[in-house]
Amino acid sequence: MFEANSLAVIFVGLMGLSILLYAILDGFDLGVGILLPLSQKDDSDTMIASIGPFWDANETWLVLAIGLLLIAFPAAHSYIFKELYLPTAVLLISLVLRGVAFDFRAKAAFSHKPTWNKVFKGGSLLAAMSQGYMLGMYVMSFENTLVAYAFSLLSALGVAAAYAYIGACWLIMKTEGALQVQAVGWAKKAGIICFIGVLAVSAVNPLINPDVFAKWFAWPTTLYILPLPIICFALFVYSQMQLKLLPAVNDKGCWRPFVCAVIIFTLCFFGLAFSFFPYIVPGKLTIWETASAPESLSFLLWGVIIVVPVIFSYTVFSYRVFWGKVQELRYH
Amino acid sequence: MLETLMLSRIQFAANISFHILFPTITIALSWFLFFFKVRFDLTGDPVWMRAYRFWVKIFAITFAIGVVTGITMSFQFGTNWPKFMETVGNIAGPLLGYEVLTAFFLEAGFLGIMLFGIKRVSARVHTLSTLIVAIGTTLSAFWILALNSWMHTPQGHEMRDGVAFPVDWLAIIFNPSFPYRLSHMVIASGLTAAFLVAGISAYRLLKGDDKQAPKLTLKIALSVAMFLTPVQIFLGDMHGLNTLEHQPQKIAAMEGIWHTEKGAPLLLFAIPDEKQRTNHFELAIPKMASFILTHDLDGEIKGLNEFEGNHPPVAPVFYAFRIMVGMGMLMLLISWVSRIQLLRNKPLPGWLLKALVAMSFSGWIATLAGWYVTEIGRQPWLVTGILTVEDAATDIAVGNVGLSLVMYLILYVVIMTAYLHTIFTMANRAVEIEEITDDEKVKPVINTPIIPKESNHV
Ligand code: HDD
Ligand code: HEM
Ligand code: HEM
Repeated sequence: MFEANSLAVIFVGLMGLSILLYAILDGFDLGVGILLPLSQKDDSDTMIASIGPFWDANETWLVLAIGLLLIAFPAAHSYIFKELYLPTAVLLISLVLRGVAFDFRAKAAFSHKPTWNKVFKGGSLLAAMSQGYMLGMYVMSFENTLVAYAFSLLSALGVAAAYAYIGACWLIMKTEGALQVQAVGWAKKAGIICFIGVLAVSAVNPLINPDVFAKWFAWPTTLYILPLPIICFALFVYSQMQLKLLPAVNDKGCWRPFVCAVIIFTLCFFGLAFSFFPYIVPGKLTIWETASAPESLSFLLWGVIIVVPVIFSYTVFSYRVFWGKVQELRYH
Repeated sequence: MLETLMLSRIQFAANISFHILFPTITIALSWFLFFFKVRFDLTGDPVWMRAYRFWVKIFAITFAIGVVTGITMSFQFGTNWPKFMETVGNIAGPLLGYEVLTAFFLEAGFLGIMLFGIKRVSARVHTLSTLIVAIGTTLSAFWILALNSWMHTPQGHEMRDGVAFPVDWLAIIFNPSFPYRLSHMVIASGLTAAFLVAGISAYRLLKGDDKQAPKLTLKIALSVAMFLTPVQIFLGDMHGLNTLEHQPQKIAAMEGIWHTEKGAPLLLFAIPDEKQRTNHFELAIPKMASFILTHDLDGEIKGLNEFEGNHPPVAPVFYAFRIMVGMGMLMLLISWVSRIQLLRNKPLPGWLLKALVAMSFSGWIATLAGWYVTEIGRQPWLVTGILTVEDAATDIAVGNVGLSLVMYLILYVVIMTAYLHTIFTMANRAVEIEEITDDEKVKPVINTPIIPKESNHV
């Protein structure tokens, strides 16, 4: 059926795709959470309404990504999460808090609502930061050094900013009026911080990992891979220019910053993936060393081939149903 | 590392126990909601919409907690039980994978439409979304129980160098204990949801709510409970017979039987003493255990002494089993008494309503007790005959497991308090809301387009 070596590549590709989709999709809803103002009541309702129908499906991409890591590369799953045991616990707890806050804020006694708003905001921020921290530790090959911790903290801020950035772009697309104006401001600021973060990771990664350095600066690969950072840079500039023009008459181009952000996320992801492939634990384990038995992976692959297109189609359907500017969320 | 092992076990048990509370409600509650919605589509009677609206909110909170606590579970396998995946990952992996692909995405994809889309899609698409969510939750139970049952009664694999490899996937999925475990669990969910619906409806009636909706939901929930309880008891008996065949040491612990004997008594109560390998304060029905398990008054049942050093801790299995069965009997009694009272067209007396309120979460108790029987009864094995719990444990520093455990426990207490508080707040609020709002009077048009035009613009 399928050959063992190519199965490992297929599954690492699928896992990468889920991670990327997760970062984009849950990225924007975590970002909206991070930006939630604690004072203006109506704005916070609108903002949460803009992500209400989606957040659950968005988080399912995380479940798939972690699931695929566990299923296809079990040794890497236990290596990585043993190293990241405590940040993982923090991530999970913040995701739990944020998920329940979303529902409780709408249904608990009215007087508790501000508290749940705070929990929602705090949970979103903490979840984003722990993901950033985990990314930083991953890039630093889980070293237990002061430099690694410092870098990971920086990466935590970077990811939080990146999510805030894509979240603000989402809000520009989904809202109108004063809130939209405010979202444009958020997008500008978060975009700049995010840009600095991307620069920092791109600079540090090849400097501390000789393998990564060798990969990026090997002639002629450099030539093929160079467009990646260049396009990424151009998009940052372009989106800042677009943001200056927004909000425009008739809401023209309100979707452009969001599309830019999605492409930037994708390019950064490919940059990272290129740096590490075929290692799944940087410098220690490759995908071929950790892959599960081919009979298990091919059994699952059939399911993937059939089910994933279906998942895509109803995901698109659901986004179409909730297309357009947000309306009040009501359970009927 | 003994402490790490103990803490990992406590943490895993705490996490899965907390998680399972919410799926047990959502699996069946989604079918209740589907039923309400179909009745509304067919009759156009607004009372069905009232019932739907009230319960869909409770469903939403329960579902959300189910999802986020479930995410925790998928990180646990690798961290706390690395050897589990190393040894049986080739089997466990794809089953978990199919759960994510077929069940989780299905639920999550249509949940948004089910909860918030009623005005944006046609009645038919909305009802269909509710159905798909219900199918998704049930499929999820299918896959996870296939895995769990395989851990109890493994087959369809072969061992090479201490690692399990799949040989026959159908045999793996439909392993001997799977049909019993799946049906027993699905019905457990039905009962949990039925008693929750009945209990909260009874609470509203007690608070002086005289609308139609709570009366209707009370009646439906009691009918379901009255029908499912005997089914569950029957299935439980079948499940026990199956276990006797595959895990006799578990049955011996459940029944508290130390010596192999013919015509073993059924212990209603006892205090098992593992040190002296005997029971104290027995209250027994002679020969009954033999009769239930072998359908012969003098049938032979193997005692724990045949499995010395290789059987589960007796007391927790023994007590948990009695709690589950006791709950089952109580459910039988209450549901029949109340439903017959309603059949005779009499209102339920206050004490009966109060009893129903008290039983609101009885399904949780029985379900947890049942899981403890099953899981602790598998000890010392994690996967019967293949891997022991001790060998599967992690080597993470004790401090880390301890710290994460404390954080989880605090979190669970907070969430549980908020959950219960919110459900009763919602019930109180429903009592005050006026009977029927204007838009409920409009009968839904079945043939509207899938996406109404006005919501199509950007
Ligand atoms: C009998 C049913 C059952 C059992 C035994 C379990 N679960 Fe569960 N789980 C469900 C039934 C369920 C569900 C009904 O499908 C949930 C609850 C609410 C929901 O959204 O889906 C769910 C949610 C849920 C999610 C979130 C899914 C999402 O993002 O939509 C994950 C990752 C898990 N579970 C994982 C697990 C693991 C690893 C388990 C075992 C160790 C487990 N569950 C036991
Ligand atoms: C596929 C699903 C499940 C898997 C793979 C699984 C696996 C495990 C594992 C690895 C352990 C640790 C061994 C131990 O501590 O003894 C365990 C124990 C336990 N599980 Fe499960 N379990 C599953 C479902 C459940 C569910 C749904 C519950 C519901 C409450 C549950 C309750 C428990 C409890 C209470 C223990 C502790 C037993 C003990 O410590 O002696 N399990 N199970
Ligand atoms: C009253 C009669 C009942 C009997 C005779 C019975 C019997 C059993 C048995 C023998 C097991 C252990 C299976 C094993 O060996 O692994 C079990 C497990 C279980 N029981 Fe019951 N049961 C009864 C009632 C209930 C009720 C009322 C509920 C919940 C509402 C319930 C929920 C469960 C659950 C969730 C499990 C664990 C999952 C499984 O193994 O299916 N049971 N039951």
